[in-house]
Amino acid sequence: MTDAQVWMLWPENPALSLLVLALVAMVFLYAARRPVHELLSALGALIAGPLRIGARWLAATAAEMKQRNKAVLLEHGRQEVGSRVEREFERVAALVTRDLQGYPTLQRKLLDEITRIEEDYKKCGEMPPPPPDWVEAVAAVANIKTGGSEMVQGILEEIKRSVNRIHDKTLAEHRRAYESRHKILESFMPFWRSVDKTLTAVDQKLSGLQNGAAAVDAQMQKYEAIVAKTEKAEHTLTVSAFTQFAIALLVMVVAAGGAFINFKLIALPMSEMVGAGDYLTSSMRTSEVAALVIIFVEASMGLFVMEALRITHLFPRIASLGDQMRRRILWIALVLLVTLAGVEAALALMRDMLIADKQALLQSLATAPQPVAADGWVGHIPTAGQMLLGFILPFALAFIAIPLESLIHSTRTVGGVLFVALVDTAALVLRVLANVARRMARVLITLYDVAIVVPLLMDRMARAGLAAKRGTVDVEDSAWRRS
Amino acid sequence: MIRALLLALLTAALTACGDPRSHSQAVYVLVDTSGTYSQEAGKAQVIINYLLGTLQPGDSLAVARVESRSFSEKDIIAKATFDRRPSQANAQKRAFRDTTNGFVANVKQSRYTDITGGLLQGAEFLRETGAGTKTLIIFSDMQEELDKMTVRDFPIDLKQIRVVAINVVKLKTDNVDPRRYFGRLEAWQKRVQGAGASEWRVINDLERLDSIFGRT
Repeated sequence: MTDAQVWMLWPENPALSLLVLALVAMVFLYAARRPVHELLSALGALIAGPLRIGARWLAATAAEMKQRNKAVLLEHGRQEVGSRVEREFERVAALVTRDLQGYPTLQRKLLDEITRIEEDYKKCGEMPPPPPDWVEAVAAVANIKTGGSEMVQGILEEIKRSVNRIHDKTLAEHRRAYESRHKILESFMPFWRSVDKTLTAVDQKLSGLQNGAAAVDAQMQKYEAIVAKTEKAEHTLTVSAFTQFAIALLVMVVAAGGAFINFKLIALPMSEMVGAGDYLTSSMRTSEVAALVIIFVEASMGLFVMEALRITHLFPRIASLGDQMRRRILWIALVLLVTLAGVEAALALMRDMLIADKQALLQSLATAPQPVAADGWVGHIPTAGQMLLGFILPFALAFIAIPLESLIHSTRTVGGVLFVALVDTAALVLRVLANVARRMARVLITLYDVAIVVPLLMDRMARAGLAAKRGTVDVEDSAWRRS
Repeated sequence: MIRALLLALLTAALTACGDPRSHSQAVYVLVDTSGTYSQEAGKAQVIINYLLGTLQPGDSLAVARVESRSFSEKDIIAKATFDRRPSQANAQKRAFRDTTNGFVANVKQSRYTDITGGLLQGAEFLRETGAGTKTLIIFSDMQEELDKMTVRDFPIDLKQIRVVAINVVKLKTDNVDPRRYFGRLEAWQKRVQGAGASEWRVINDLERLDSIFGRT
């Protein structure tokens, strides 16, 4: 009998052995049905319970973190928009001071011009003296009948001549009067133009002021939305933080490229200062670490310059310093930065010299003579370029402070949002696992029942027979009672 | 007292920052000058020049000849531990090259070949340098010939040293029976590895030197 046949009751008949064993097992399994069901249910609850608790705790934590993130985001947004409103007010104030401080003078000028125009207008209103009353007398004379008298004729002729003369004179005076009024009107023109120009200037200044006020209004609307803690404000601030994060990260990557070039420029010549054979770790030379330290110090100096200029606000201590002290810090940082830039330019020159020296040595060691490059002014371009880069890169690195500040501020929001999403996902996974555990217990219970289906069927049939028998007895009892 | 304590603490902190392991290399080149092999000395210069171009500041290099009795400092032609500053190291390398050039130009033949004596001298030099990687290069046909007075049949110590035999030319007798050549190399391998050497290699193509000295 082999090991595989140990369990067989009749090794020569495996099928019968299997059948008998299965029947025996079924009996035992049927007997243990209730405790096994309870065990499986308990196991399902044992696994699902802690998972559900964990999921609930994670969901609660995520909600709490979300609230905290929202509070931080809104507070940060409030501060930012508040400072923008402040700046807009400063701009408007500057506009008012610049444009409207001369407004009294402007008004006086305008009033003077208007007064003068008014006076001239009044002058224009002075009409020439009306025609004398003798016109009616002339009309009466004209109605006099001559009656053929030569004397009357002569008198009338004389009167006509006199009248004509007076008429011409009056007409000439009338024309002169009009001419003088036209001249007055003509002299109006420059004043009108001046008034027009002055009013246009006033209009432009008021338009500028209006634009400034509109900008303040827009910022104030944002500010109010943030203070009211609206969903829209939160969403806008979150999107803005993500955008800031992406832009700052991009700029930081570019800056890291610049820092890498800077590192390559000074790492080799630094070995001339601190030695080439010393290692800080198994793969990092002391000279390389020294070069990195110089680059980091330059970046730090740049940071202090930006802080002292109040472009960035990473160090509240510097921002709260007095103007004099801040100016001192600015100058100290700037002098150090210029010194380090000078050192870098010198190191870049030394790098070129070291490489040339090494090259010369290798050429002298080579068995076959190697062609020597013509050393004209073209050969000095890389050296000059390296020195220039060595001097410029520290100043370029100084501007890292601006994207760094954006990155730090936006990382809080972006990291918070991502972490909340991660916790939410973990909660979901735990919930799913809890459900799977509970369902799995039910599936196992059903499978157990499938395995003992034969005794179960027999049990069901026996119960049904018993119930039927009880039903017959009950019917007989009730019939007996009725009778 | 407090100042001294602070100084000691500062020194300890600075020392703790550095990697205590030595990253420098030390190379000892043995050049066989016996019999007809002395004609190969020109190739030795190629190897020395290659080493001068490859070794870094802080590394050590020594060139010695194999004579009738080679266990002597007098057989060291040139030795140097290159300065940690690259510019100084380059100047040292130029001086080293000039010295070895003079030796190669005026090489004198020796009657016998005491390779074991050279190995002992080289191992001593390499251990004294304290370098992290110690290499002993034997530029020879590996045919040792000792006079009757010279005693070299005792165990030698080459622990943590790798030994590289370069340009092991075949002798006339090897051409008659190549088993002599392979047997000679096998005997040296057994002896060197028995002495605790970390590695034994034979390189006949000088273009393959990069496989030994190429830094990772």
